[in-house]
Amino acid sequence: MIRSLAALLPAVLLLSACSGAWNDPYPAVESGQNILYTAFTERPKHLDPVQSYSEDEATFLYQIVEPPLEYHYLKRPYVLRPGSAAMPVIRLYDAEGRLLPPDADAAQVATSVYELSVLPGIRYQPHPAFARSADGTPRYMDLQADALRGVRGLGDFAETGSRELQAADFVHQIKRLAHPRLHSPIFELIAQYLPGLKTLQGELAEAARDNPGWLDLTRFELPGVEVVDERTWRITLQGSYPQFIYWLTMPFFSPVPPEVDRFFGQPGMAERNLTLDWWPVGTGPYMLVENNPNARMVLARNPNYRGDTYPCEGEADDHAAGLLADCGRPLPFIDRVVFTREREGIPYWNKFLQGYYDASGVSSDNFDQAVSLTSQGEVTLSDDMAARGIRLITAVSPSIFYMGFNMLDPLVGGDGTPEGAERARKLRQAISIALDMEEFVSIFLNGRGVPAMHPIPPGIFGAREGEAGINPVVFEWRNGEAVRRGKDVARRLLAEAGWPNGRNAQTGEALIINLDTTPGGLGDKARSDWLAKQFRELGVQFVVRATDWNRFQEKLRNGNAQLFFLGWNADYPDPENLLFLLHGSQGKVKFSGQNAANYQNDEYDRLFGKMKAMPDGPERQAIIDRMVAIAQHDAPWLFGFHPKSYSLQHGWVYNRKPGNIVRGTLKYQRVDTAAREAARAEWNRPVLWPLVLVAVLFFAMVAPAVAHWRRHERATAAGGR
Amino acid sequence: MNFQPVLLWTDLLFFALLLVALATVLHVRRNEPLRAAWRKVGRRPTGMAAATVLLTFLLVGVVDSLHFRPQLPAVEGAPADAAPVYSSEVLSALDVLLAKLRTRNEKTYSAPFADRLYVRETVELPEGGQARIHPRLLHGAAHLADPAAERAADIARKAAGGAMLAVLLWLLPVALVAAGVARRAGVGFAQGLRRLARGETAIAWRAVLLTLGAILLLASVAAALAPWYHIFGTDKVGQDVFYLALKSVRTALVIGTLTTLVMLPFAVTLGVMAGYLGGWVDDVIQYLYTVLNAIPGVLLIAAAVLMMQVIIDTHPQWFATAAERADARLLALCLILGITSWTGLCRLLRGETLKLRELEYVQAARAFGVRTPAILRRHVLPNVMHIVLIALVMDFSGLVLAEAVLSYIGIGVDPTMISFGTMINMARAELAREPMVWWSLVAAFCFMFVLVLAANLFADAVRDAFDPRR
Amino acid sequence: MFAYVLRRLIYAVPILIGVNLLTFVLFFVVNSPDDMARMHLGARHASAEGIERWKAERGYDKPTFWNAQADGAGRLTETVFFDKSLRMFAFDFGRADDGRDIGREIRDRMGPSLAIALPTFLLGLLVSVSFALLLVFFRATYLDFWGVVICVAMMSISSLFYIIGGQWLVSKVWALVPISGYAPGLDAARFLVLPVLISVLAGVGSSVRWYRTIFLEEISRDYVRTARAKGLSELAVLFRHVLKNAMIPILTGVVVVIPLLFMGSLLVESFFGIPGLGSYTIDAINAQDFAVVRAMVFIGSVLYIVGLILTDISYTLVDPRVRLE
Repeated sequence: MIRSLAALLPAVLLLSACSGAWNDPYPAVESGQNILYTAFTERPKHLDPVQSYSEDEATFLYQIVEPPLEYHYLKRPYVLRPGSAAMPVIRLYDAEGRLLPPDADAAQVATSVYELSVLPGIRYQPHPAFARSADGTPRYMDLQADALRGVRGLGDFAETGSRELQAADFVHQIKRLAHPRLHSPIFELIAQYLPGLKTLQGELAEAARDNPGWLDLTRFELPGVEVVDERTWRITLQGSYPQFIYWLTMPFFSPVPPEVDRFFGQPGMAERNLTLDWWPVGTGPYMLVENNPNARMVLARNPNYRGDTYPCEGEADDHAAGLLADCGRPLPFIDRVVFTREREGIPYWNKFLQGYYDASGVSSDNFDQAVSLTSQGEVTLSDDMAARGIRLITAVSPSIFYMGFNMLDPLVGGDGTPEGAERARKLRQAISIALDMEEFVSIFLNGRGVPAMHPIPPGIFGAREGEAGINPVVFEWRNGEAVRRGKDVARRLLAEAGWPNGRNAQTGEALIINLDTTPGGLGDKARSDWLAKQFRELGVQFVVRATDWNRFQEKLRNGNAQLFFLGWNADYPDPENLLFLLHGSQGKVKFSGQNAANYQNDEYDRLFGKMKAMPDGPERQAIIDRMVAIAQHDAPWLFGFHPKSYSLQHGWVYNRKPGNIVRGTLKYQRVDTAAREAARAEWNRPVLWPLVLVAVLFFAMVAPAVAHWRRHERATAAGGR
Repeated sequence: MNFQPVLLWTDLLFFALLLVALATVLHVRRNEPLRAAWRKVGRRPTGMAAATVLLTFLLVGVVDSLHFRPQLPAVEGAPADAAPVYSSEVLSALDVLLAKLRTRNEKTYSAPFADRLYVRETVELPEGGQARIHPRLLHGAAHLADPAAERAADIARKAAGGAMLAVLLWLLPVALVAAGVARRAGVGFAQGLRRLARGETAIAWRAVLLTLGAILLLASVAAALAPWYHIFGTDKVGQDVFYLALKSVRTALVIGTLTTLVMLPFAVTLGVMAGYLGGWVDDVIQYLYTVLNAIPGVLLIAAAVLMMQVIIDTHPQWFATAAERADARLLALCLILGITSWTGLCRLLRGETLKLRELEYVQAARAFGVRTPAILRRHVLPNVMHIVLIALVMDFSGLVLAEAVLSYIGIGVDPTMISFGTMINMARAELAREPMVWWSLVAAFCFMFVLVLAANLFADAVRDAFDPRR
Repeated sequence: MFAYVLRRLIYAVPILIGVNLLTFVLFFVVNSPDDMARMHLGARHASAEGIERWKAERGYDKPTFWNAQADGAGRLTETVFFDKSLRMFAFDFGRADDGRDIGREIRDRMGPSLAIALPTFLLGLLVSVSFALLLVFFRATYLDFWGVVICVAMMSISSLFYIIGGQWLVSKVWALVPISGYAPGLDAARFLVLPVLISVLAGVGSSVRWYRTIFLEEISRDYVRTARAKGLSELAVLFRHVLKNAMIPILTGVVVVIPLLFMGSLLVESFFGIPGLGSYTIDAINAQDFAVVRAMVFIGSVLYIVGLILTDISYTLVDPRVRLE
């Protein structure tokens, strides 16, 4: 045993000498290839462009399908550019059908018509649904039951084909929004402007009842959406909805070929997970070649990609940052992208440091290792990281985390009388001041967030900077920066609200405030301890009630919550998508909308209606300023913070630019594989002495035992004789 | 300070358990065979050392189970006869003893005995501009002007003081035990002391005293240092890790003991009934425990914990304070762990009863027309109690370990409750930091290891003494 | 024998129904079909009609246990419980929340689970039995004493510490194996070394002690004394007699867990990113995916019953005196 182990050791050493790093998690054949390695933590639930809505899914889907429009990769503020279609021609009509000028008042607009046309020469990725037999008929349609035997993935179909993108494909996808079995998350929202969707859904639901199998959508019409010719289609919306153009950058409006739908609709496909939800099909730069959401997902270059080129213009700093060096070169640069599932933070971070992931986010726990702040408060990388050639990119996300007050709650929302409302408002203001979000951000996010003054994140129209942008209720402007008002102000407001020192002025009863949260992984206990600490100074008793997600949602729906933490990611860079969260008609309890605070203010609602249809400009800014002032005064939210995304990348990765709204980013990125190989080899030299030590220890443990046994045997043998 | 005592459900059961233990002790004193068995335990030095450690933990647990709500100061201008108002924060006697540890929080991480925060912070410099430095702690080593130079000497001085105190305190029990030994043996004190030192006593007093000495030493050194330093460092929100570790002890004890306590009635009744009555009763009970056994334990626990959580969430009016909510969940967890673990004991008891039923004196009792309940109480129950006792001590350590794992999966104790599981769970990400934050994990490891090791050793001693097969 | 197995299988049916009933009751309290629909459809823009449609599509629109509207047997059969349980007995688990086929997922994940559980089990058995025999061989010496002390110390450490510590030391500091991940085929070995070693290490303390007790009990019996008296060497006594006769108690403990190896290990799989059934279960618990958890409970119970039957059969193989009637 020992001898064989001793013989094994040199063999192991020899093995290591030829195969490089021992801890390389990737197969040896992949070394040196033009592959980008990255990780995902949450398994994507839906990749069907009609259902997919979450950030985790967007990472994959936006590389595969191409919506009609996309955001410019480098320009900020965000600018739209053609994706798979040219920029739409928008015409507005009044109730009599007369054409209106583009700047017409929203109240006059009865319908708005979006006319889009496909860019020429775009072809789909190779796919069996397009394959044709020698006689020109589709190869894999009307398959018999046994034809699918042995088929496990899409790669098991021998033949593939492709075809050019057509306007009808876009229209087909819009019809799919109404499909009763697909449950599109944006159906209700879009149906407000495109009532034809409801009609179609009714018809489809009826058809689906009679026919449990696949539904042929081409046999149905969608009122309001028409194919004009092979290249052009037209969408007619009710009223004015200028934000619709942003929806056209999302996969909900990307093309889906009807034959693919039909291909996956054949019996036997769904049992093999051969669905559009699992194998999306598109014209994008990449196609999905391996789908194993438990372990890894692989994207490979789409050979039929239309050949987009790298942009030559960008922001002022982009040239210095080297982001314009690849100007005009054909996209994409990388051949394959390997996503590995990583559920635990520790392995993720360590693998990044070992060079096995090309890029990584920065969690609050490894922040100090990665990042240091200069004397000017600028964020830079720590020396250790910089020496490794790691670079840091940061951006403020278009999101807000806020603590909502449930306005239906008698304590924080008022008891219905004007005096009660005033007292409750003072209480909300006091809490807003008392809860030091800067410290929260500093402890729990290592400063990776900017305090929010109002719902609109910086970088989106309507957000103001400097003194004009502060929340005067909570902050004051001192020495050129916003400073949170002191605890004394909070104490005064609390007293005015009828709770001096956290005790009811009449009854002496203690003020108890309940925060409802969902348990969110690490640091839960720490967070509630911190919150309680913040209020102890004011004499207020703060109780954190953690419940599971379903119960939390139920509390919000029924209006039983008091305080709650929520976040919102903007769908598109328009203030409408954030300010609507406080609109009365969005009330969660009454209208099951998104206004979880159930805030209602007539003037705010009126201004919102006006602001919504306006083009960006000083007039719109003035209205937004008024709306923000109302919200700040009423304080239905404790405007928490806008998170900053910090992303680290190794020196061998090029052309990454932060911007959470731009999602189809993989095609722009480039990797220097030689540099990567060298760095990995250098950073991952195995430490071998422990192996030797283990062998020695084993020997030391076994040797006396063996010796003892020999002696014993000899003794018994002798004794026996 | 005025206060309102709070009796949480687990406190109630925990004290009930202590009462039962006390009653058992009284019972054992009157019962010769049981006394003989316990004397066997007493002879084992490891067992007795372990028992000493366990008793220390138990003391911490008991002190931590005396809960109350402090009264809030009266409102100015309120009428003098106004009803007193109590805080919604439930504290325990341990919190009062450790008030310094509990309230003197830092901002975030600091290493054991550190004088500065573990992380750098951006501070405004007096001469203008900003710098990113490790700021001084608010409380840890705050009494030192120049910690780098003075700290080692200060720690040594304080620790030495603590050690001296420990030795003085230790001499008292030594003297008491030596006197006791001497009196029992009818010899002089010096002779008794000598016997004690050589370990020539009927009960392994030497092991007990040595363990006690070690505990006293650690405790008084910690007591001498803890007010000045964070001896185990601080966690993410600056709470003293030593305090957290001490608070975790109660949770572990409650889970380890109450779980067995709540399952005992079921296991004993059903097991004995199945074994003694046989027939359809046996079939039904066997069916019941096969069904429960067949469900993978973690899934059953997950389902039940989630269900309990729903019930707790939908009835907020049942709980006046957050502590009561957390406590309800702890109790629920004990119940559920009990439900999933009673089957093993039930099966053992059934087998033993089957054997007992065929014994002659039971047969004879039946022939004399003694009623079944009486037979069960007089002849069967006393003869299966050793199995129950062994199960009780053997399960303890497993349950303490299970709590940590369940909390990691998110189906353990309430996330706001301090326990070893939540400590480990929080410490997980700390290991990935560079430089690493190791102290929470090490503190949890040490406390848990000592507790579980002591429980295992004690369980061994009890099993060896009571198992008739040995 | 065949008749015996058949009878046991028939006995299993009421047990499985009981298991199903219990899980149904527990999970429907936690997660009403409305909750499931909301969870699935997402918090944004979910409408009441959408929820109703989802429920109808998944068959959750019927009453849970008792359909008062139906006639006759329909009162029991036209319910969610009957519908879902009946399919379960045909091993048709339906679809998970994300619309993917559970049966297929389970088949896919069984491989990785076994790849880690089987070596752990075999290596653990080998190491524990040999160490236990070693301790028994040196019984009442310093080796035995310290061996037991080490065992007790090892079983007093939470498995979480083994995993966290092992990963940190071996993968990070020494860079000997990948920290986490999995690859199919032979390539998996690199990923499996550490988790297998850690699982064996975490379990070895208690099992060595257990085997040692069994062997000690065996060794104090008369036949061992006879064998020694015959002049057999101690080693021969241990291997030929003690090990063989200790088989029955060992089998009772061991065979029943073999089928459950398929279920995978919850902790190890999620720490090491191994896409097995254990991590599937954890994901399902966290996402409260009722259909998956129910399927896993069902499979777990079936495997448990299979384990019981296997145990009985293995007795007959080890001990010819045992007959299955």
